[in-house]
Amino acid sequence: MNHELIRLENLTMEFEGTRILDNLNLTIENGKFLTLLGPSGCGKTTTLRIIGGFLTPSSGTVLFDGKPINDIPAYKRQINTVFQNYALFPHLDVYDNIAFGLRISRLKEDEIDRRVTEMLRVVSLKGFENRSVASLSGGQQQRVAIARALVNRPKVLLLDEPLGALDLRLRKDMQNELKRIQQEIGITFIYVTHDQEEALSMSDTVVVMDSGRIQQVGTPEDIYNEPANAYVADFIGESNILDGTMLEDYKIRFFGRTFDCLDKGFTPNEPVDVVIRPEDVDIVDPSEGRLCGTVTNVTFKGVHYDTIVNFSGFKWLIQTTDFHPEGSRIGIRLNPDDIHVMHKSEYSGMFGDYSSYSAEYDEIAVAEESEEE
Amino acid sequence: MKNSTFSRKRRWLSAPYVIWMLLFTIIPLCIVIYYAFTDSVTGAFTLSNIGGILDYATIFLRSIWLSVAATLICLVVGYPVAYAISQMKPNMQRLLQLLIMLPMCMSFLLRTLAWVALLEDTGILNNVITALGLSPLPLIRNSGAVILGMVYNYLPYMILPLYSAISKINPRLIEAAEDLGCNKTRTFTKVILPLSIPGILSGITMVFVPAVSTFYISQKLGSPGTVMVGDIIESQFKGAYNPNLGAAMSLILMILIFLCIGVTNKVTANDSEEVAN
Repeated sequence: MNHELIRLENLTMEFEGTRILDNLNLTIENGKFLTLLGPSGCGKTTTLRIIGGFLTPSSGTVLFDGKPINDIPAYKRQINTVFQNYALFPHLDVYDNIAFGLRISRLKEDEIDRRVTEMLRVVSLKGFENRSVASLSGGQQQRVAIARALVNRPKVLLLDEPLGALDLRLRKDMQNELKRIQQEIGITFIYVTHDQEEALSMSDTVVVMDSGRIQQVGTPEDIYNEPANAYVADFIGESNILDGTMLEDYKIRFFGRTFDCLDKGFTPNEPVDVVIRPEDVDIVDPSEGRLCGTVTNVTFKGVHYDTIVNFSGFKWLIQTTDFHPEGSRIGIRLNPDDIHVMHKSEYSGMFGDYSSYSAEYDEIAVAEESEEE
Repeated sequence: MKNSTFSRKRRWLSAPYVIWMLLFTIIPLCIVIYYAFTDSVTGAFTLSNIGGILDYATIFLRSIWLSVAATLICLVVGYPVAYAISQMKPNMQRLLQLLIMLPMCMSFLLRTLAWVALLEDTGILNNVITALGLSPLPLIRNSGAVILGMVYNYLPYMILPLYSAISKINPRLIEAAEDLGCNKTRTFTKVILPLSIPGILSGITMVFVPAVSTFYISQKLGSPGTVMVGDIIESQFKGAYNPNLGAAMSLILMILIFLCIGVTNKVTANDSEEVAN
């Protein structure tokens, strides 16, 4: 069942001298929920639009079921799209919007009726048949858009930041809803988002992109626990990223101390990036700690405290449910599985230092995200 | 409280226009209605003016047919132009919009007279034709010339509302149509055309209304056989001196135009409600 459905080969996209996609290679399996995750301008939407047939790549091939489809126009592809801001037809009501594709393929009216009714059930919009789309809430329009695409029984559903316009609460509900629908229908979903939490909670496979290149492909757990480079570690969740040296298999040295870890296969004494997730650090009494530092900032976050700790000039973010006041001295302990070792990359040194941390960071990040496209 | 005083103050801003409308639209309209229902000699109430219009039924019908023809030609010619402009780069769009409006800056009379010079039996076109050794063509003093004159003069009023409606269509809707299986033709018939209906209707109104009441074009480019309502209304006031009949004709023409606008607005209102979002 899980055979390859779409393959992108050496996909490159250039627009007015700017390289938007840089030699992208990706295999998408049938029936999976795959997410293209990355910041604004990383090429995720471009990739989606190439798969949908709305853009032609500058070079490279899109294979569908093993056959190249570069020259097949959008309307002939067995792919449907849920557009950003839905793009529902304002001159048609809910029923006619959903029936649009079926009427184009000239199905019999009773067959259309059966399938539209079924789809209204799937997206929980029974009774909305004759409503005008303008009278619907954002979440309801979203469901119509999904139904309008799925009713055609495509092999692949493309979703371009479909939850971007919804408020947080509704977005959470729709995340569950989308995952449920995908599992019920069982077709491939290719989902584009800049929201890492959305990506982690819904996807079977996450593709992290930046600057037109794929940074990492993996399950949400892989991406989070074994980030491929400093970029991925920073983009997915919070990370402390330190310079270290891989002494030998399972031995890593940083801050002048040697720690046990679970990583192997590096060249002896290879300089590496070390990722330590804020929630993995155990705070202990300074006398018992492998490293000792001073708390410089504490922010209450609800479930935990964001605690910034200065270890001889390098500041870490540690998330803990215990309160340690500013100025207190603490020790930390690291278990081997708390330490993630990555090869150096072009992103080394760019992320993972909380020296200039302030609570406003989060707000700035949110503001930047909402400016997207 | 604050709001209501503000709006009350603001309401006064419209006073000059209200007075203007009263003096130069409402009162003259009342005079027209008064004339239409009174006898020219005795001043007594009569329906004979309205009844007298029946003698001119053919002229009314001709006016309607000529302006319907001109409106349809404007639509058929204007739609592709408006569509093509909407697909161009923004700078080009502005330039072409300007070009389309350019003839409107030139006097209406002059534009019509220019066509006379072109179409006359010894005019520029026929001079070219005879110079080529062919016999001259009857280009002027027929319905075709009148329709041509109306199309030429009113085409911008068709293109501009069409362009504005088409350029407002969200390009994502067109992609959505393609996504759902529409080729170019069906994308047009199923999405672009239905969404440009408000523009089509306002274009039709903007062309039909002035066309049906026009008088100068038919005088200059037409013949006695192409006289239009506007012409006979004019002659009631200038030549025949029967302002009562002229008033009655104006009134009936106005009612016809209102009916046309009413129908258009009703359809547009239903449509734009849906297009609004």
